[in-house]
Amino acid sequence: MKTLALLATIVTGALLLYGTRDFPDWADPQSPTSTHVSPYYIEHGVEETHAPNLVTAVLGDYRSYDTMFETVVIYCAGMVVVSVLRRTRS
Amino acid sequence: MKRLQERANTRPAGQGLIIETSVRIMVPFIQLYGLYVIVHGHYSPGGGFQGGVALGASFILLGLAFDLPTTLERMSERSNALLANAGVLIFTGVGAMCAILGGYLLDYSVLTAIIPMAAAEWRSLGIFLVEVGVGLAVMSIMVSLFWDIGSAGQMDEGL
Amino acid sequence: MEQVVAVIVAKYNYWLYVILMMIGFYAMIGKRNLVKKLLGMNIFQTAIILLYVSTGVKRGAGIPILDKYEALKHGVDVAGVANPLPHVLMLTAIVVSVSVTGVALAILLRIYRRYGTLEEDEILEKIRQ
Repeated sequence: MKTLALLATIVTGALLLYGTRDFPDWADPQSPTSTHVSPYYIEHGVEETHAPNLVTAVLGDYRSYDTMFETVVIYCAGMVVVSVLRRTRS
Repeated sequence: MKRLQERANTRPAGQGLIIETSVRIMVPFIQLYGLYVIVHGHYSPGGGFQGGVALGASFILLGLAFDLPTTLERMSERSNALLANAGVLIFTGVGAMCAILGGYLLDYSVLTAIIPMAAAEWRSLGIFLVEVGVGLAVMSIMVSLFWDIGSAGQMDEGL
Repeated sequence: MEQVVAVIVAKYNYWLYVILMMIGFYAMIGKRNLVKKLLGMNIFQTAIILLYVSTGVKRGAGIPILDKYEALKHGVDVAGVANPLPHVLMLTAIVVSVSVTGVALAILLRIYRRYGTLEEDEILEKIRQ
């Protein structure tokens, strides 16, 4: 069982390492993640939201739909923990 | 406070006393720092999630140094649940208000109909309102997770 | 040999994260204790979070916190600011991981309350009886 798990881990890790060959290099300014949408956020973020911290600007304005349901997710997690653990007094 | 003094009088002085006294001094500053992180999220690293976790950590520290009823004395379960609901409602309410006033969901610039300000200024203020909501929700959910997992749902002495 | 070393050095962040991810993966599938499985899942999530944050790094770029009046007056040089998008996405992912850990710990407490153990094979044995 343990050897099977170790074998699966090594095979998966080798496949993932083989896959990283196509990834952009470390700190490459021309990588796809840095050239697609984030230049718009960096260029227009401050003038459109007046928030110098771009992380906050993207979190609260451009991607606030994501953040809203994120808040709902942690709210649901809290409610689930209460309802799973709390014993009704009998 | 009275309860803490009683406890300090009844128990023998030792390591617990040092921890309890230092925690009593530290907790207000941690809470002040949490509020600062939430409010100053526009200009420095920070925001609702980080500040909310710092605020929740102050209550968790109180619960670890003393016991669970001490934290319940500071913030009852009822007000904790109210704060969690208020946080989520502030966020979704601001978003829904934008949609009601005729814009997109969570596009704060249409809120100029309420207070006339520039669109960019309203976006800044909208981010602030939303961060406050996130902070409240994260704080109360962290405290509630600690209460329930730390005491296995019994809400007795705790850890 | 030198080419292999050059490839590894150019992408050493991915190598570290794959190793970290595989530690978590092994804990998830190889361990019998449910708490150890949960810790393995946390390590796995940490590896994914680090992977995403590392994609936001640009050579020679500063932090994504700008000077407001400078930026409004003169505009922003995109090459000089790190990519803020992975940071935002991972900020939410961290909070999701905390929620997942909380719910999982609650369920583990319930399992312990019912079966009296957290070892996987013992629980399966008790279910079969």
